[in-house]
Amino acid sequence: MVAFIIRRILGMILVLTAVSFIVYLIFIVIPGGDPADRIAGKVATPANIASIKHKLGLDHNFIIQWFDMVKSLLSGTLVSYYDGTNVVQQIKEGIPVTFSLCVGAGIIWLGFGVLVGTISAVYAGRFTDRTITALALIGISLPVAWLGLILLYLFAEQGLGGGFGTLFPPGGYVPLTQDPIQWAYHLILPWFTLAVLFIGFYGRVLRSNILDTINEDFVRTAKAKGLSSRQILVKHTLRASLIPIVTLFGLDFAAVLGGGAIITETVYQIHGVGWYAAQAIGTQDLPPLMGVTLYGATFIVVFSTLVDVAYAYLDPRIRLT
Amino acid sequence: MAERLLEVKDLKVQFATEDGIVQAVDGVSFNLDRGKVLGIVGESGSGKSVTAMSLMGLTRGVNARFEGEVLYKGTDLLHVSDRNMQDFRGNELGMIFQDPMTSLNPVYRIGEQIVEAIQAHENVGKRAARARTVELLRQVGIPNPETRVDDFPHQFSGGMRQRAMIAMALSCNPSVLIADEPTTALDVTIQAQIVELVDRLKDDFDSAVIFITHDLGVIAEIADEIIVMYAGRVVEQGSKRDLFYDPQHPYTWGLLGSIPRLDRPRVERLHTIEGSPPSLINPPEGCKFRPRCPHAFEKCTQEPALENHVEERAHLDRCWLDVEFKRAHRDATISGGTVEAA
Repeated sequence: MVAFIIRRILGMILVLTAVSFIVYLIFIVIPGGDPADRIAGKVATPANIASIKHKLGLDHNFIIQWFDMVKSLLSGTLVSYYDGTNVVQQIKEGIPVTFSLCVGAGIIWLGFGVLVGTISAVYAGRFTDRTITALALIGISLPVAWLGLILLYLFAEQGLGGGFGTLFPPGGYVPLTQDPIQWAYHLILPWFTLAVLFIGFYGRVLRSNILDTINEDFVRTAKAKGLSSRQILVKHTLRASLIPIVTLFGLDFAAVLGGGAIITETVYQIHGVGWYAAQAIGTQDLPPLMGVTLYGATFIVVFSTLVDVAYAYLDPRIRLT
Repeated sequence: MAERLLEVKDLKVQFATEDGIVQAVDGVSFNLDRGKVLGIVGESGSGKSVTAMSLMGLTRGVNARFEGEVLYKGTDLLHVSDRNMQDFRGNELGMIFQDPMTSLNPVYRIGEQIVEAIQAHENVGKRAARARTVELLRQVGIPNPETRVDDFPHQFSGGMRQRAMIAMALSCNPSVLIADEPTTALDVTIQAQIVELVDRLKDDFDSAVIFITHDLGVIAEIADEIIVMYAGRVVEQGSKRDLFYDPQHPYTWGLLGSIPRLDRPRVERLHTIEGSPPSLINPPEGCKFRPRCPHAFEKCTQEPALENHVEERAHLDRCWLDVEFKRAHRDATISGGTVEAA
């Protein structure tokens, strides 16, 4: 177990180093990516650009530039090229917002995904299953930006939504600590917007897992023991079918926590980490992008380790190495 | 006279598939008394497993159709609802399966799975059920059952898993134990131990056994009565003595010839039955074994009935050949091809 933890931590450092290097490399080599050019403006003289480069440390060797940026990010002193705000500070402010969005959405998509997948498998081939399958495919195909706008139009736009009117607030965020009811009220539409795609996808995956597991010999044994259909489904079939869902959920959840809910946060004006990333992309601002990318990558790495631990817990044949 | 536990009358099972109707079992009848062992023999696809699972109601489904009667102590199990079958499965009829590797749930401890079976039928606490589980594991020959009860299936060897399966099947003291090829996935020394175990436990638990196998050699040890199945039909049925000393159907001869034997001259090669079993969707006309039978003649295009042709009244077979002709010719098949001097 100790060896496992040490190995994972070393692997994590390696991955994050590589990620930060690649992000820096991509940013510098893409056309128009040079921050000094952008800051100097349209009528810049070469001397002007050179002095900005010197100020930002961009006249150093590439490796040193990268190293300096990572160092200042880790020490919390990295600031935006665009408006001079502290990157770590901005991400920290976005975290509670993003977590509020993602935890709620995660619970919804996992709960509904399992429910939908199970119902679909139990009624496989029948009308209920076909209906769910059709809805799931629609859910998977809906672009998040479009869905978000449609929901806003129907439920949050004054006078346009054919009577639903202002059932929900038109975006924005209220901190949980300030008013829990308003917090949830403001987040209901974003939660569902973010969850719909995952519900459809998880439902499909779980349905096929269950239908595979039903034919396993141990399910037949459970039936031969005299267990009820419900006991067989919950204790034997579902238990085995959920193991692959754990992996999916771990990685998807990490991705949205790490700032992956860019579109949802933007559509609903929720100023979380994803929104911050969207702003930085708009202004081609390297330091926030570096910060958000590393923050997100950290979640992915940590959660994939947690997934492995969960696996070993769920399936005793697996040993952590 | 021992108590009659099972009375199966003309059981027929068919499945509707995309390719057509599969007549998996076509007219199987037998009686099973307490303390007896019925052997069902046949190759893959002969309908022996479907017969066994249909007794337990494990083959039910929208595509399955059943005919005939399966009377368990007078109740026709074919007409018991699936919900009410729960009271019979595990409790009245216990079953063990071919592959102990996959028949146990890999994510639960051995003990948990047996406790679950006990608690499905009896209102006992976890601790009492666990104590009984340890005792059962001891009875089936698991060493250190107090600690092994908490092992996961992957920590057991194949033979131990099959022993655990037997413990589970017997946990509620069923009257009938159905063993569906319990030794096929095990190596030969373990096979013998499992057969012996089933034979002993049958007496300890005062139950009857249906033992399914493709290996007549395995069944020779414990069966009282034997049914030989081919393409969903019974081709020969009789006591163990009848089957081994006066086999009437050429298919039975083939099965007997495929067993290596120490009491006969050594043969170069064991007998093999040429060809493969027929499709159950479009079976051949007449005798189903005709295409593979070395003695087939014109009359075989009509299907023979399962009837008694010999002195022993309970010995039935499905063959047109003359009894004297069969007695004269069967040894060539049973003793194998080229006989060599030992």
